[in-house]
Amino acid sequence: MDGPVSGSGPSAGPASDRRMEPARLGIILFIIAEIMFFSGLISSFVMFRFSPVPWPPPGQPRLPLEVTSANTLILLLSGLTFFLALKPLKASNSQLFKGLLTATAVLGFIFLAVQGAEWVRLLHFGLTVHASIFGGFFYCLVGIHAVHVTGGLIALLWVLNKAWKEKYSAQNTLGVELCRMYWFFVVGLWPILFFLVYLI
Amino acid sequence: MSQDAHEHKQSFISHYIFSTDHKMIGKQFLLLSTIMACLGGFMAYLIRWEVAFPNVPAPFFGLVSPDKFNAIITLHGTIMIFFVGMPFLSAFPSNFFIPLMIGARDMAFPKLNMASFWLTFAGAVLLVASFFVPGGPVAGGWVGYPPLSASSEFAGVKWGACLWLLALAMAFFSSSLGGLNYLVTAITLRAKGMTYSRIPMTVWFLLASAVTFFFSVGPLIAGDFMLIMDNMFGTGFFLPAKGGEPMLWEHLFWFFGHPEVYVLFFPALGMGLDIMATFTRKPIFGYKLILWSTVSAILLSFIVWAHHMFLSGLNPILATPFSITTILISIPFAIIIFCMLATLRHGSIRLEVPMLWMLGFLATFLVGGLTGIFLGSASVDIYLHGTYFVVAHFHYTLFPSVFFGGFSAVYYWFPKMYGRKLNEKLGLLHLALTFIFFNGTFWPLFRVGIGGMIRRIADPSFYPQYHQFANWNIFATICAISLIASQSVFLWNLVLSMNHGPKAGKNPYQSNTLEWLADSPPPHGNWGPVLPVVTSGPYEYSKPGESEDWHSQASNIKGETVHG
Repeated sequence: MDGPVSGSGPSAGPASDRRMEPARLGIILFIIAEIMFFSGLISSFVMFRFSPVPWPPPGQPRLPLEVTSANTLILLLSGLTFFLALKPLKASNSQLFKGLLTATAVLGFIFLAVQGAEWVRLLHFGLTVHASIFGGFFYCLVGIHAVHVTGGLIALLWVLNKAWKEKYSAQNTLGVELCRMYWFFVVGLWPILFFLVYLI
Repeated sequence: MSQDAHEHKQSFISHYIFSTDHKMIGKQFLLLSTIMACLGGFMAYLIRWEVAFPNVPAPFFGLVSPDKFNAIITLHGTIMIFFVGMPFLSAFPSNFFIPLMIGARDMAFPKLNMASFWLTFAGAVLLVASFFVPGGPVAGGWVGYPPLSASSEFAGVKWGACLWLLALAMAFFSSSLGGLNYLVTAITLRAKGMTYSRIPMTVWFLLASAVTFFFSVGPLIAGDFMLIMDNMFGTGFFLPAKGGEPMLWEHLFWFFGHPEVYVLFFPALGMGLDIMATFTRKPIFGYKLILWSTVSAILLSFIVWAHHMFLSGLNPILATPFSITTILISIPFAIIIFCMLATLRHGSIRLEVPMLWMLGFLATFLVGGLTGIFLGSASVDIYLHGTYFVVAHFHYTLFPSVFFGGFSAVYYWFPKMYGRKLNEKLGLLHLALTFIFFNGTFWPLFRVGIGGMIRRIADPSFYPQYHQFANWNIFATICAISLIASQSVFLWNLVLSMNHGPKAGKNPYQSNTLEWLADSPPPHGNWGPVLPVVTSGPYEYSKPGESEDWHSQASNIKGETVHG
């Protein structure tokens, strides 16, 4: 960041001196772009879902509702632990902060592992990308979300590593907050996809 | 970001290749787009040759057979829009001028900026590589409509299609990262005193362009991904035989495709407005009116896309609302153009080369804008759709934006970029030739299109009803070849003036905006030890009661001839 201006110019007018952190604005814009990307995917899916063709097509396996419901709760729980993690950091309670952050990462990993195991089972039952549009959309929507969770998890592990090295403090929370914004996006997106792909 | 403003000692690679300096990245985009423009221009020559002289081997190439013709029209479109238009009109000026014009030392995320350039470069390499894969390059038209683009069984092209889709994805990612960077930079790194109402139009319109791109490209990235899945992994999202829906691609494509036209038009407008203020010595007429018109144009641009699809099998009930929004969008643009004309009124107009290019842009773009109203009306479009009228209209919008607008910017800011002036006589010659031959190329195509000649036909001599247009087509082709050839004047001028042009100094036009306070060319970090502090708006020319007709935006840095 550029330091304060040293030149003593005349009155500089009502410049906003409290500007947003560039990285924070960057993440917000990135998430907006992601939302537009998923809007494209989701609206394509909805177009097929509500066409007169039977859905899921005959012969294709039903999706595992119970396991995925439980998995959804796990991911939401990880969002909750991350949500709660910031307060102890700001209160300089490093132990609780690191504990909650670790819990977030573990829950995120469990979510991915369960999703992966379910995919293997579904592939076994004949649900493949080229078997039907249904299969194609299932793997695209759920798979692209899984890629995003993986990306979030990598960022989380990076933050976690820095947290265990005590790089964050009550004053220095930006890295944690950026990671948290992205994680909230990934967690918040999943119930929408779950509702569209599994429930209706 | 560099705190220190003195020159760094850098190796060749970190200075010229993997540079994170916004000015070098801007120049890299300029160079890449110039190279790609030569390629795209050569393709334009092949297209026009085959249409005018069917089945006669083209000099320097050979026979343009129908399959090659299809590939060439496809790649001409893709290259010119994504690898010439976007880098030349959006990435190059955004990188070079946004930090300079808002008084920052660099972009908010310099490494992301570098990544953005190398993604475009990788995309260009993939696209060029598609010439050398089995089956040749993609040949389904630049709009990539499925099922032609979704399965090799129709077009006979597999690897070419995959490479094309990957190249597009690279270009989309690159421009998205770039847009994110421009927006964050302009919002967070403005110099002290650079309030929103003091931002020059160039920056505003580059941001408008970035926002428009940013919000429209997401769905097309999704579509691009699905088309890659169709091509490589056997899904059938867009293949009717597998239960897919080809129309879906058209929606995703045009939801992006129409705003993209404005993505390429906005920068030309913004730079044109700044050039106009400098060379009329007058404030812009209606600064805020122009900005709010732009906001409404951006909003409207997201709800006009189906006017490209009137004949696609779209529900005819939808044609009327989309006709209405399309015709509505000409209102904000008309307001902007009238503001520009009002800026000219009573100005002390200096007809220097950049200003003349800008006026050329206005004059030619107007024809493109007005013919767009015809095409936006569903009932007229049913007749004109797919004819050369559309080709002419499209080139009358994009060529003025990218080339007239882009060249006016290069002529205007060249002294800032290289510290030397471009040769004026060569600049005028370049403008005269470009203006005459551009109109000579595309004006006849309106006539040919209204006559009913369909585009994308390699050999018009095969169809007796098109024989009447043969002379028109030959005339257009001769003009097109002359148009392409006359760009060598520009390249020559560039090379000559870069090395031997007269030294320009800091502020050769006595212009107000911040970039003219920096050295020419600006050093690493742009500003020396002291950042500019902005104390006035960008367009305070010919202020009553002042001895000089200009007033720099910042008074704490002394330019060469800075006003007292």
